[in-house]
Amino acid sequence: MSFVSLGFLLFLLILFILYYALPRRFQWALLLAGSLVFYAFASPKYLIYIAVTALSTWFAGKLIHDAYAARDAFLKDTPDITKEEKKSCKEAAKKKGRSIMVCCLILNLGILAVCKYTDFAIGTINSLFGTDIAFLRFALPMGISFYTFQSMGYIIDVSRGKYQAELNPARFALFVTFFPQLVQGPISRFDQLSQTLYSEHAFDAQKITQGAWRAVWGFFKKMVVADRLVPVVTGIAQNPDKYAGGYVLALVFFYTIQLYADFTGGIDITIGVAKMFGVDLAENFERPFFSKNITEFWRRWHITMGTWFKDYIFYPVSVSKWMLKVSKWSRAKLGTQLGKRVPVYLSTILVWLATGIWHGASWNFVVWGLLNCLVIIISQELEPLYAKFHEKCAFSNTRGWDIFQMFRTFWLMAFLRVLDVYRNVPLTFRMVPTIFSSKGWSEMFSGGMLKFGLEVRDYIIVAIALVIFLIVGILQGKKPVAEQLAEKPLVPRYLIVWILIIVILVFGAYGIGYDATQFIYNQF
Amino acid sequence: MKKRIVKIVICVVLLAATLFLLQKLLVPKYATTNEEGILSSEYYANAGNNDVLFIGDCEVYTNFSPVKLWRDYGITSYIRGTPQQLTWQSYYMLEDTLRYETPKVVVFNVLAMKYAEPQNEAYNRLTLDGMKWSTTKLDAVKASMTDEETVASYILPLLRFHSRWSELTSEDFNYLFKTEKLSHNGYLMRVDAKPAGQVPDPVPLPDYTIGPKCWEYLDKIRETCDKNGIRLILIKAPSLYPAWYDQWEKQIEDYAGKYGLEYINFLELADELEMDYNTDTYDAGLHLNLSGAEKMSAWFGKYLSEKCGVEDRRSDAALAAEWAEREAFYEYMKEAQYKQLREEGAVTRYK
Repeated sequence: MSFVSLGFLLFLLILFILYYALPRRFQWALLLAGSLVFYAFASPKYLIYIAVTALSTWFAGKLIHDAYAARDAFLKDTPDITKEEKKSCKEAAKKKGRSIMVCCLILNLGILAVCKYTDFAIGTINSLFGTDIAFLRFALPMGISFYTFQSMGYIIDVSRGKYQAELNPARFALFVTFFPQLVQGPISRFDQLSQTLYSEHAFDAQKITQGAWRAVWGFFKKMVVADRLVPVVTGIAQNPDKYAGGYVLALVFFYTIQLYADFTGGIDITIGVAKMFGVDLAENFERPFFSKNITEFWRRWHITMGTWFKDYIFYPVSVSKWMLKVSKWSRAKLGTQLGKRVPVYLSTILVWLATGIWHGASWNFVVWGLLNCLVIIISQELEPLYAKFHEKCAFSNTRGWDIFQMFRTFWLMAFLRVLDVYRNVPLTFRMVPTIFSSKGWSEMFSGGMLKFGLEVRDYIIVAIALVIFLIVGILQGKKPVAEQLAEKPLVPRYLIVWILIIVILVFGAYGIGYDATQFIYNQF
Repeated sequence: MKKRIVKIVICVVLLAATLFLLQKLLVPKYATTNEEGILSSEYYANAGNNDVLFIGDCEVYTNFSPVKLWRDYGITSYIRGTPQQLTWQSYYMLEDTLRYETPKVVVFNVLAMKYAEPQNEAYNRLTLDGMKWSTTKLDAVKASMTDEETVASYILPLLRFHSRWSELTSEDFNYLFKTEKLSHNGYLMRVDAKPAGQVPDPVPLPDYTIGPKCWEYLDKIRETCDKNGIRLILIKAPSLYPAWYDQWEKQIEDYAGKYGLEYINFLELADELEMDYNTDTYDAGLHLNLSGAEKMSAWFGKYLSEKCGVEDRRSDAALAAEWAEREAFYEYMKEAQYKQLREEGAVTRYK
């Protein structure tokens, strides 16, 4: 069931009415039932995948809980044991917990790997060794990367003793399957989400209204902007022989806008819908295109994925025994200054490699991840040079320089993202340089951009929407726009939302004549 | 709390009113372009007293003149035909008509039997959008939808026509709250003539079998007529093009024979009708013009009177008054089109 469908709105309406009509103690159970129905609409056969992940992770959590409970009981019941015995008992429990966690991770990563990466592996083997192994074409269950990572985060935290395991399998299943976040995240943390997910929620008109506004804003981004740009993006990307030069620059720009509107729009719908049920989800974006450099951009874009990789890959790898050995070796061989950076950069490379692979089973994502990593490492290496530059150049502290940096970061990210659309590394590297040739430029501005099914009016709509995005982004810098809107008098408040709904209905790219698309991040 | 509820209700009502107005504005008006789209909605103002109902595609709404049937034979009739009206759509037109009246004779043109599956969204819209909402319309929509269509877009046409915002013309504003009568009890008049000339040879088809869905709905038409005591007549209009294949003819004849139905293929009666394809068609043999339609109606009116016993109702004063108005409109349109022909050399609008 797509968010952008009348079926979803009907489903939401029914669930919403039931949610606030039923006794509050049943609310979480209703959400679970609703989530399963939502998932079953995608395809009932996918339920088995998410069920295996939910149940195996819950069971592993319970086993770890039992092991830790046994340890605590033992330590409590036998206070007169020696320090060594205590340590040994704790070590044994920790080892057991870790073993269970590793088994659980292997199982769930295995499912993810088989579903998502088997054909990638086969393709790579075929091209490397000239073999002709047939592709297996496994179905990719909806949101598998999101719910798998969410479950993995949970079991790692439980094994680390960060919080207690959830012993009720149904309640845990809700954490994994909660329907708004199944489509494209955010990747929630159990300790944060469980606080509101299982609570009883009274009918809070203000919160519900703000949730609805947020969802409407998301629909605007998705339906008016992202889906409108699909024909031009696919038209240029799928015909590289026909569209080079200026068209590639147009592709770089429009794909970035499409991706932004699609992903942030989807997250707005997700967070807004969850809020209507009283559930607070983690923010996934913080005005990413106001970032002045790529490191900042990645702190503001897909935040929950970034923090997930930081907490579960970067830090553990950085402090691992193996990395400490590498650190010692590099300091000895390369000197303290350079040597101390080696383990950090190795961990960074690993994180970006994982980020690339997480995004998709193809080399373009791997290269994209590593290029991001390269830019970040170069930026960090050039940090002293930047510091000198800022010292010497007064204009580098002006608003104009800030805007230049934002502009630069936008285009840098946009050019890296073009690997997403061509989905072919050599092709991408062949096409991007054509921007600097004379190809396509004159054709583009003499009706060429109108060949993709978009008319001048469509580009005008996108331009107006971009201005609106900019204004909202600036306003968002002070405090959430929904809160600012709530402070306005009734008439302007509802007038804005009312106009937005009309704009979506009239100017939305949906229905016959438009190719309604999935959310881009739904594929990851 | 009460105040809050009142505010919410006002907001919802305002939003609904805006959506209603937007929908009114954005849906096609079919007043001066694609006028055939108005045909299905015009029926409801004329329902109630029709002894003969024609159902089918353009081969009924251009080929029979209810005014001529009234004038010459006192027969009251209505044509519920729309462009490329599919067999199941004709069935639902019949079912819809039975909600308002029960005719004595139903005439079904069999050309649509060649279409085994839903064909074209645009034609579906021309046929279905004008129908009044009922379970019949819902069933008609479900039976007719192509893969790209949704029931919701029929319930809320704004969802389909929202992108017309950039194509709005003065017609959309002029006809926002009004419609103008266009047909003569479902007959769409054209007085101009274009000789048929050389009609293209029929292209051989890989398969001439009429689809099961068509038979299913023809069965439903027949059974509905049986149930309501209606005489069903199958016809094939005398259009030269598109081709009507012998293989189709045989299947229809067999069906009519099996169930004891009357089947009249007007293609075979062209001489008896005194049809002249140089003067009786307005688009080189596809559709009959006024002259051709009146010839058809003259012949068929006699058949309805003599063979089917459809009564002459001209002595009914109330009916006569109603039909006098229709005749006046008929004459007015006829004159308007002849005037266009004289002054502009072509018929570019109906009135």
